[in-house]
Amino acid sequence: MKIVFTTSGTDLDAPLDRRFGRAPRFLVYDLEGQTFEVVENRQNLNAAQGAGIQSAEAVARLGAKAVVTGHCGPKAFRVLSAAGVAILTSDAPTVAAALDQYRSGALTEARAADVEGHWA
Amino acid sequence: MILAVASGKGGTGKTTMAANLAWTAAAEGMAVQFLDCDVEEPNGHIFLKPVFDSRRSVTVPTPEVVEENCDGCRICVGVCEFNALIVLGERALVFPELCHGCGACVTACPRNALVERGRPVGKVESGDAGGVFFVQGILDIGQVLATAVIHAVKEAARKEMPLTIIDCPPGTSCPVIESVRHADFVLLVTEPTPFGLHDLKLAVAMLRALGKPFAVAVNRHDAGDEGVALYCREEAIETMLNLPDDRRIAEAYSRGELLLETLPRYRPFFSRLLVKLLSARQKEAAR
Repeated sequence: MKIVFTTSGTDLDAPLDRRFGRAPRFLVYDLEGQTFEVVENRQNLNAAQGAGIQSAEAVARLGAKAVVTGHCGPKAFRVLSAAGVAILTSDAPTVAAALDQYRSGALTEARAADVEGHWA
Repeated sequence: MILAVASGKGGTGKTTMAANLAWTAAAEGMAVQFLDCDVEEPNGHIFLKPVFDSRRSVTVPTPEVVEENCDGCRICVGVCEFNALIVLGERALVFPELCHGCGACVTACPRNALVERGRPVGKVESGDAGGVFFVQGILDIGQVLATAVIHAVKEAARKEMPLTIIDCPPGTSCPVIESVRHADFVLLVTEPTPFGLHDLKLAVAMLRALGKPFAVAVNRHDAGDEGVALYCREEAIETMLNLPDDRRIAEAYSRGELLLETLPRYRPFFSRLLVKLLSARQKEAAR
């Protein structure tokens, strides 16, 4: 199973980015193989509008079943839910720490958007 | 003549200038119309008191997905400049609140899987206001496409009118550009304060980029400082009106009264301003 972490960096020690739609990169972690790849999200980071839904579509297309991020707005939440991607919010400082939280079952699935659009 | 009354800074007196100019023109026997293009907060009606006899909805063409025709090719997603479309599970999904109604997705779709339907974003009302033909646009709450409503206001205006006065929104962004783009002349209203000067400079830069002739009207001109006057002198910008800082003007405004009806002593200020504007237009036309 693949799980996406929002990040500004390129490895597991990088910070977990609080933003979903305008996260600079997605770190796609494969739980079975314990490997990861990093996908740029620059075009959405710089989008005038619609960053949340475009990022949500991108995450769905990566084949991820869950996304771990700081916060998620209403439109991104709608798309991720429709695509069957679980949304988990975390305040972990790094991707590795968020991954540990996920593995230990400390993260629960969000039932609704926890911020308004354009909150940052 | 199409005259747009604009300003960089909000609250400088655009509506006061525009409404009293329209009243003056009508009082002097000119056929005049007033277009309130400040569609996020139209307030010209408070002072000119129109009786509306026509009202229509403003819609923006927005795509809907014909699911049986869509194969999720993502061509529409690629052409949308506004990120209003995504594809999930091989079906396009539209986010109407992000759509600007440009129609690119419908044109680009190779399978006729997108059809346009009108999405209401506001309304346009028109009627008579004591001899002034009055049109105003109102953007619906929660909508953002002010330019679509402004366009509809101009469509609802009468053609071949000797004088059209456009009350613009404040600022220098898209709604202002849409409001001033067909104007022959622009009157920039400002106040003699650092804020007024700062935003006047932005508005001047906008009008110069658009190649529009303009002049300045200074409201509350004996309050504040010399900055605006010095700037206009340096830039060779004509100041056509200096309206004094008079508490009675503010009181009339706060009661929703038209300045020139309550304080007739100011009528010559606006008669002279109207003459200057009309002759400036003639000079521009002769150039």
